[in-house]
Amino acid sequence: MKALEVHNLRKEFTRRDGRGKRRVAALKGVDFEIERGECVAILGPNGSGKSTLVRLLSTLLLPDGGDARVFGHDAFRETRVVRRLVNRVSVEASFFKKMSAVENLSYAARFYGLRPSETRDAIPEILRRVGFPADRRDEPMENLSRGMQQKVALARALLTSPILLLLDEPTTGLDPRSKQEVQQFIREVRAEHDATVLLCTHDLAEAESLADRVGILDGGALLCLEPADELKARYNAETLEEAFFAASGHAFENGEGGDHK
Amino acid sequence: MRTMSLALRHELVGLSGVIERNIYLVKRYIWWDIAFFLWTVANTLTIVFIAKGIPAVGGKIDVEKVTTILLVGAVIWAYLGIIFEILTETVAWERWEGTIEYTFMAPLSRPVHLIGMGLFAIGYGVIRAALLFGVVAAFFGLHLHNANYPAALVVLMVASISFIGIGMMTAVLPLISPEKGTQLGFVAQGLLLVVSGVYYPVSVLPGWMQALSTISPATYALRGCRAAIINGAGLSDLTTEIWALLVIGAVSVPLGLWTFRTGERYAKKHGKLKRSG
Repeated sequence: MKALEVHNLRKEFTRRDGRGKRRVAALKGVDFEIERGECVAILGPNGSGKSTLVRLLSTLLLPDGGDARVFGHDAFRETRVVRRLVNRVSVEASFFKKMSAVENLSYAARFYGLRPSETRDAIPEILRRVGFPADRRDEPMENLSRGMQQKVALARALLTSPILLLLDEPTTGLDPRSKQEVQQFIREVRAEHDATVLLCTHDLAEAESLADRVGILDGGALLCLEPADELKARYNAETLEEAFFAASGHAFENGEGGDHK
Repeated sequence: MRTMSLALRHELVGLSGVIERNIYLVKRYIWWDIAFFLWTVANTLTIVFIAKGIPAVGGKIDVEKVTTILLVGAVIWAYLGIIFEILTETVAWERWEGTIEYTFMAPLSRPVHLIGMGLFAIGYGVIRAALLFGVVAAFFGLHLHNANYPAALVVLMVASISFIGIGMMTAVLPLISPEKGTQLGFVAQGLLLVVSGVYYPVSVLPGWMQALSTISPATYALRGCRAAIINGAGLSDLTTEIWALLVIGAVSVPLGLWTFRTGERYAKKHGKLKRSG
């Protein structure tokens, strides 16, 4: 069974501007599959549709067409089942900022059915694994650096033992050291857990170093999806940036807006 | 059978998570809560002083009775405000903190999520309302020897079912309009109380407002609580109010859940279920 099957997935949003209302495509019939245990990176500039894709797979959006199946379950009709299988880390760590790391993890674990007896030891242990200092566990999140907050976000995602991990630009805005630590942790998670990872990023080096296959999403269309070496060979490129240019016809940071919501 | 019991266990644990989170928030914002409580006390005093003011300008009333009538009205207003505020925070606060996506993608059924918020709101609201009542009653030196507090509490609990149902309907408003939805919740609270005789008998209202008062749970909550506190009415004397509240609750909770679900579906269709609106 595939970990993720996405077929002809389409999403449009209504945009209001000086000319009135108009429909803008964020995803234009995206197709791909991910094997269990695989790490796939979807590479695209800002506005390419990456976050829309992640939010659709997180059951936070309804599509305008197509379908997506997570371990055989329809992501839009069997949402309760899918939500148990999936967790997500997004670009901004989402926490109640006055609450501590332990408090944020504690209530979140309950939402996934974990009782206090199950999290009493698990929370300190998972925070230790992500390299979170023990003496700061009870500090409000607002006192923590972005890098530390992102570690707590990873800990929260892993606490619920997801078998599909959606990472939406998990290292954007982090300092180089925190970025390396988070990337190392993602490698460990793949090695130690039976987790499948969909990584959406605009960090070319991150995509190349973490993923088994790399896809290029541009203007809501998935242009290709294959191992980074094959991708570069296909476009006769030395770097992923060159491959992106060859595939899309424009430089990486000048993507055509697709990620409108 | 085992699957069902496991699913039920997950839901109950999830419900405890909703309550646990709100307790953490109260703990972290305790000084703000105390400040807000002081504002509520001041607000209630300004209303209840009206009873003292009427004789001062030549009116003839039973000051203690009117004081109690106004106090009960003000306490119910404050209680309803807390219920609506907490339920509206289901969306509004989560959006502000940026946790809305994380919460709404968790495997927690929406009814359990909303009921968890409602149960916390009742517990927190009852403590606040009891404190408010006690502080203001002591301030005015009210001697409520006949008061049947357990009966008043039962009426308030039964009324809470309806209040939560209506609160669920208003909770969805910030999902549809992130900018103005929360304020519309206050509008609903105001409209509910103005037809319910919050500081006056319903009989003084125009006919069409009196008709609306019959479907407002606040009407029966106010009438029942006043009867219990002023006249010492017991539950056997309050069956009309309790039955009316049960019937309204039986309609308003499913309607509230349906409204929220419809609003959530709209938000998911139009991309509004996210942190920045």
